[in-house]
Amino acid sequence: MTTADIIVCDAKPLRFLQRFYVVEIVKGLAVTMRHFLGNLFARANTVTVEWPEVKREYSERLRGRHILLAREDGSPRCVACYMCETACPADCIHIEAEEDATESVEWEKRPKVFTIDLLRCVFCGFCVDACPKEAIIMSRTHEMAFTSREEAIVGLRELMQQGPIPRHDLGYRPYYGPPPAGGIALPIPVKPAPARASG
Amino acid sequence: MAQREELLAAIQRGYPEGAGVAVLPGGDLPTLRVEKRVLLSLARRLKDDPALDFKLLSDVCGVDYPGREERFEVVYHLYSVTHGHRIRLQVPVQEDDASVPSVYGVWKAADWFEREAYDMFGIRFEGHPNLKRILCHPSFQGHALRKDYDPGQRWLLREGEQDQPAWASRRLEDEDHFETQVLNLGPSHPASHGTLRTVVRLDGEVITDAEAEIGYLHRCFEKMAEQHTWNQVIPFTDRLNYCSSMMNGVGYALAVEKMLGIEAPRRAQVIRLILSELSRIMDHLVDIGANLNDVGAMTPFLYMYKAREEIYSVLEACAGGRLTVSYVRIGGLANDTPAGFEDAVRYLLKRIPPLMADMEKLITQNLIFRQRTERVGAMSPADALDWGWTGPCLRACGVPYDVRKAQPYLGYEEYDFKIPVAHTGDTYARFLVRVEEVRQSLAIVEQALARLEPGAVITDNHLVALPAKEKVYTEMESLIWHFKWVMEGMKVPPGQVYGCTEGANGELGFYIVSDGGGKPYRIKVRPPCFAIFQAYPHMLKGHMVADSVAILASLNVIAGELDR
Repeated sequence: MTTADIIVCDAKPLRFLQRFYVVEIVKGLAVTMRHFLGNLFARANTVTVEWPEVKREYSERLRGRHILLAREDGSPRCVACYMCETACPADCIHIEAEEDATESVEWEKRPKVFTIDLLRCVFCGFCVDACPKEAIIMSRTHEMAFTSREEAIVGLRELMQQGPIPRHDLGYRPYYGPPPAGGIALPIPVKPAPARASG
Repeated sequence: MAQREELLAAIQRGYPEGAGVAVLPGGDLPTLRVEKRVLLSLARRLKDDPALDFKLLSDVCGVDYPGREERFEVVYHLYSVTHGHRIRLQVPVQEDDASVPSVYGVWKAADWFEREAYDMFGIRFEGHPNLKRILCHPSFQGHALRKDYDPGQRWLLREGEQDQPAWASRRLEDEDHFETQVLNLGPSHPASHGTLRTVVRLDGEVITDAEAEIGYLHRCFEKMAEQHTWNQVIPFTDRLNYCSSMMNGVGYALAVEKMLGIEAPRRAQVIRLILSELSRIMDHLVDIGANLNDVGAMTPFLYMYKAREEIYSVLEACAGGRLTVSYVRIGGLANDTPAGFEDAVRYLLKRIPPLMADMEKLITQNLIFRQRTERVGAMSPADALDWGWTGPCLRACGVPYDVRKAQPYLGYEEYDFKIPVAHTGDTYARFLVRVEEVRQSLAIVEQALARLEPGAVITDNHLVALPAKEKVYTEMESLIWHFKWVMEGMKVPPGQVYGCTEGANGELGFYIVSDGGGKPYRIKVRPPCFAIFQAYPHMLKGHMVADSVAILASLNVIAGELDR
């Protein structure tokens, strides 16, 4: 290592005026007032959000609560191959398979039980990566609250897709389609506050 | 190679054949098999001989090989800051006489590392001044990292059986016959930055004795890593230093890639580097902000968090997670960056410097801040090395050791940046070094952006990485590879590797042993703040209580990494 690679940043002695508080306080107030007025009148550069009235937007890759996708007839795409259960580093997925009597050509199994313990889940997205059938994807729903541990173990009924999923809720999944026009939106975008119901 | 031969010859000069020091062939580092009877004399020579000059003890850890005649192995990793060379010592230990002489008298850094090896394997270190459990609770039974320890085993641990230093129960009067007071700083205290407990004896407001207790956040990272496949460890690494989780994943992936003998594609390396440097900036911002907050300056803390919030947004857009990114995979990255990544990074490059400038205007030459931090928690360069310090804390003492320069990875040698160094070693110097490091990291990110070229982000080796999804859906062969990868895990050739990277807080090492299976045989993390924090109780003596807060925040101790 040569000395050219080093930059010395030792303490600099205080200048005469810096030894007195008054001038420094005025200078400091100039900085804080600039930020204060900026936050008050130009919201664009403010990163705080008045949650929960206003919520911020997240990217398309956000790893939120899982969704089990359905086939056109409404049955789960899952074929109970246990890949997500094996890939899960938190061991939070539990599957029990059963024979699918109605279909026997393309697939033979379907999940009888498919539960995810959302309190154990670390939301790493490995289940999505492991799924060979694109049956499990993640949504952008990340505000989850439970009143008991049992309630956090969600099954097929809670996880199954119900009708079309709105695009703004789709999170981590194998395909994203055409990228959004703006790219990564910065400063951080917020969803507009929903109009409050009168009365 | 010639250098390696020379080094080994120099070490062996004092130890003829049969004297208990044997060179093991091959491996990533020059490795010596040392019998425990000569360990102490060899250790002293390795440290004091100017031609060897191993002043830094990076890591001490145990490994369990139940099949061998000598069941345990204590592994030491040493580094010489002046010569830039690294060696590994392996000391075999029998189960019925599981003891090794402690090297605490040679390197103080051995203090907590030896305690950890004792806690996890039950290997006694003779001559250690305070050999007791460190990560596990005092009433925990068994040694968790032994291979025959069942990971599902549960113990009932009571609060009343909490660890207490021996001196804490003694009544002591000072010279004016006033009783001194024993006080707990933490574990749950807003200024303790994670659950850390420091027991101090106070004479008035001056600390006369101190001992730190850690382990409140111990989550068995190393034991869990042995139960999961190589790739499943990646989400666990995110939780080590959670202020800069990207860098842990990069360090781990680089170590495993070194073992596999592969390299990630060029684009993946540049993206890893950009996001690592952004994470470093983020980590420093949090540390500077928290340090200022602790000494009473709330305003700059919020400015720092503004920048951090936007860096998180970029990470989230790439990886899908803000804090726990899980973006790295062995052999590359999980996904390519989204559209607009470069513009977003350029936006950050414009956004961070003004916020830093505002913070500097308020703080750097602020008389109150300087009086709070100058000459507080000062460390001499020799002591810092002795304690095993690395990273910004070591550089603030005047030792220009940075893994990015000393042993470049991810192509750091191609980038133009400087290592900030200060000389006083106090809290103020650590602040100055971190501020300058943020500037240097911004310069690196700017250079890296120019090198970002389109291309693959993960290796196409199907033994290492998952095949592309569209192939899995359409081709039988890819589906089979996909299936084998998930079900059996990637295979890593047998051997051992010590991979180190420059984490936000110093040398982040991963010592990995593989037995050729789909799961790691042993992963030892060398967390930088573990070495730094063990010196903290010793630094406190003679300082005021209020100083302890300023010192602690400036050391940037992250409990997730400390306790693993």
